Amino acid sequence: MNHKPSGSAAERPAIVGAAESDLGRVPDATAVELQAQAARGALLDAGLTLRDVDGVFAHTDDRFSSLLLSEYLGIRPRYTDTTNVGGMSNLSHIRHAAAAIEAGMCEVALITYGSTQLSDGARKLTGLVEDPRSPRGQFIVPHGHLSPIGYYAMVAQRHMHCYGTRAEDLAEIAVAARKWAGLNPKAYKREPLTIGDVLASPMIADPLRLRDCCLVTDGGGALVMTRASRAGVWPKPPIFVEGAAETFSHHYTPLDVPDWLDTGVRTAADAALRQAGLAREDIDVVQIYDHFTIGVLQALEELGFCARGEGKDFVQDGRLAPGGAFPINTSGGGLSYGHPGMFGMLLVIEAVRQLRGECGPRQLPRHRHALCHAPGLVFSSNITLILGR
Amino acid sequence: MTNASRPLPLPTRITQPFWEAAAQGQLLIQRCRTCSRRQFYPRAMCVGCLSEDLRWEESSGQGSIYTYTINHRAANEYMKALLPYAVGIIELDEKVRMMGRIIASDLSAIRIGARVKVSFEQASPEIALPCFDLL
Repeated sequence: MNHKPSGSAAERPAIVGAAESDLGRVPDATAVELQAQAARGALLDAGLTLRDVDGVFAHTDDRFSSLLLSEYLGIRPRYTDTTNVGGMSNLSHIRHAAAAIEAGMCEVALITYGSTQLSDGARKLTGLVEDPRSPRGQFIVPHGHLSPIGYYAMVAQRHMHCYGTRAEDLAEIAVAARKWAGLNPKAYKREPLTIGDVLASPMIADPLRLRDCCLVTDGGGALVMTRASRAGVWPKPPIFVEGAAETFSHHYTPLDVPDWLDTGVRTAADAALRQAGLAREDIDVVQIYDHFTIGVLQALEELGFCARGEGKDFVQDGRLAPGGAFPINTSGGGLSYGHPGMFGMLLVIEAVRQLRGECGPRQLPRHRHALCHAPGLVFSSNITLILGR
Repeated sequence: MTNASRPLPLPTRITQPFWEAAAQGQLLIQRCRTCSRRQFYPRAMCVGCLSEDLRWEESSGQGSIYTYTINHRAANEYMKALLPYAVGIIELDEKVRMMGRIIASDLSAIRIGARVKVSFEQASPEIALPCFDLL
């Protein structure tokens, strides 16, 4: 199928290619190999070549990831960006790439992510080693705080205290994700999961249990962005960036965040929707970064899809699951599809596929506008992206 | 389990007075002489007004639990022997927040809003960590 851009919209930056690398357990690969594999897939998806790329936006645990990827692929970019603001980083890269393209700093942006977190065993729930002189090293780590899960357990504890939310309510979110994963052949965890299974899983940081947590997998992905007008025709419909807004507040020591249930999400969402000229009712596809079940509940409230405190009622009866009234995270999400350290890339790839109508048995019937929301670190940063056909 | 496996703070020039006082059983908070703002953790300047004219004020050590979690998995080898243990965000009566372990004979008695008072755990010859006893 050929897709012809037309009118002034065609001049806007769009996502024209998207692909995952191998996902799940990939013991014989490195992060850059997964990035390169995904980059190849995304360029083939777009009908472009490595020679077209002049902007590289990369993110891994390597300190100089855009240069490593450029070297590996033999690209000589004139613009790169390695912004690392946590799991949402690749969404920031999309915003930055759109701005760079509009400003003429690059024409074709390649955005990648890759991690072999599962095979490395490098980052367990306890996190990376922190400098003992840093604020976190002095005032957080010595207390034996688990991070990030301990922080989200504290958010859940407050939600339960303030609004009577129960562990069963959070479990609904994990169960819905697993049902979506059952429709996605690439998902890492596909066997059925019940509320009882979630509640019977080991307690890690009370009130959060193992099945309230995202998976730890290997994997990566890539996106290609350029002006839709660059090609006369595209093999797939270009997906436009209609709105993007971010908020940032802290690193890993959120002692100055007055309200842990109002973390800057609303500001980002309102600004992104305003840019897109859309209301919440206009959104067909919702992808919310699901690092922990409570994160989804918190985001649904802060995004304004339900009122504060009402998330526990909103998620009942499979509302987020296939066939539900408010389907989200149709890939199975970080909870069941895969979570290679940072999920932002995979979140967007699913949104792109939904908007293109490529999702087969998990395809949503309406798919004109998508809202992607992701945080970074421990409610430290937020981005809302509005994508559309 | 030896202390070698326990991550402990390494004070900087700015935070040294906080840790020295902690070793003496005192909880100190920075307060700006220019705008009277309190801040925690200690910093090189007042982030309210940029003044470098900060003084150390002793906290009452009393406050309430803003939120908490009970760990069933240890963050490091040392903490394994203490499982399960509670970690909280404490809002001191001086309206600054800090993190610390919550010490209670019955962890299930811990509640958001409950009153606590600071105590210090001698974690090494140099470092005493602030903890909070459930009142």
